[in-house]
Amino acid sequence: MEHLVIAGTTYRSRLLVGTGKYRDFEQTRAAIDASGAEIVTVAIRRTNIGQNSGEPNLLDAVPLSEFTILPNTAGCYTAQDAVRTLRLARELLDGHDLVKLEVLGDSHTLYPNIVETISAAQTLVKDGFKVMVYTSDDPVIARQLEDIGCVAVMPLASLIGSGMGILNPWNLQVIVDNARVPVLVDAGVGTASDAAIAMELGCDGVLMNTAIAAARDPVLMASAMRKAVEAGRDAWLAGRMPKKPYVASPSSPTAGVISTSRNKAA
Amino acid sequence: MITLSINGQPKEFPGPLSVTHLVEALGLGGKRCAVERNGEIVPRSQFEVIELTDGDVLEIVVAVGGG
Repeated sequence: MEHLVIAGTTYRSRLLVGTGKYRDFEQTRAAIDASGAEIVTVAIRRTNIGQNSGEPNLLDAVPLSEFTILPNTAGCYTAQDAVRTLRLARELLDGHDLVKLEVLGDSHTLYPNIVETISAAQTLVKDGFKVMVYTSDDPVIARQLEDIGCVAVMPLASLIGSGMGILNPWNLQVIVDNARVPVLVDAGVGTASDAAIAMELGCDGVLMNTAIAAARDPVLMASAMRKAVEAGRDAWLAGRMPKKPYVASPSSPTAGVISTSRNKAA
Repeated sequence: MITLSINGQPKEFPGPLSVTHLVEALGLGGKRCAVERNGEIVPRSQFEVIELTDGDVLEIVVAVGGG
């Protein structure tokens, strides 16, 4: 059985999931369990001063003992804020250094700011972090992030939370073909077929949040996504038949068909 | 009296206190949180030792749901 390897660690699941937008932590946990994900991403935020007593904690529902917690920099718009956030996250998670870097360009599109992303990646790699980086689907940028030392490159399929699916499979294909580190589609997946297509392109994994959390039945969708990622991976490994436009080829023998001669009717 | 800036809000305390005491005073005792003081991470092992003084700027963060 072949596995996903990120920064030397082996994972059975190629589906990574977020923890945002769920009804409560109980539903968060049920969806994560149904997804089979081992790597679970969380955001880092200021605690509400004076409103903490009795407030449930995400890391009680999704404990470090059971999951690889991947802190992210969602909401950061500068390299400096992203680096500060992940240094805090490393302290919060007892020195855990596998992180998801995302530096956003604007609040309307949530498109990545590549200049700030590259700057943050350089600082973080030097500081010993293992950086999984959210980026655009630009193959040149993907290669540069890899050259900096990022342990995984995570291009968007379409805008974060849009559910628009894979808008440019050709760019993803170029990124996958050139990469020497795992390539994971991060953002834009809307339904199971999108995840399967990402995997059929040869991506090493898929990271998603809204596609599961915003489904009418998140737990059922999480299960669908698990199957889609597995099916897409298997299809890629199996090697699809060549596409043959305009050439039909019957699956059944052409000889021995019972029939009245068509010529007789004429 | 000293004033600390905590997550962007000024808060007054009767006198200098350790990070441990601050965390307890904020109801965060025993909870998983990380602290930055004047731009520098405060390791949990230093919570007892580090004494906060007037004007210190603190950020206290936790993990929350996100993608």
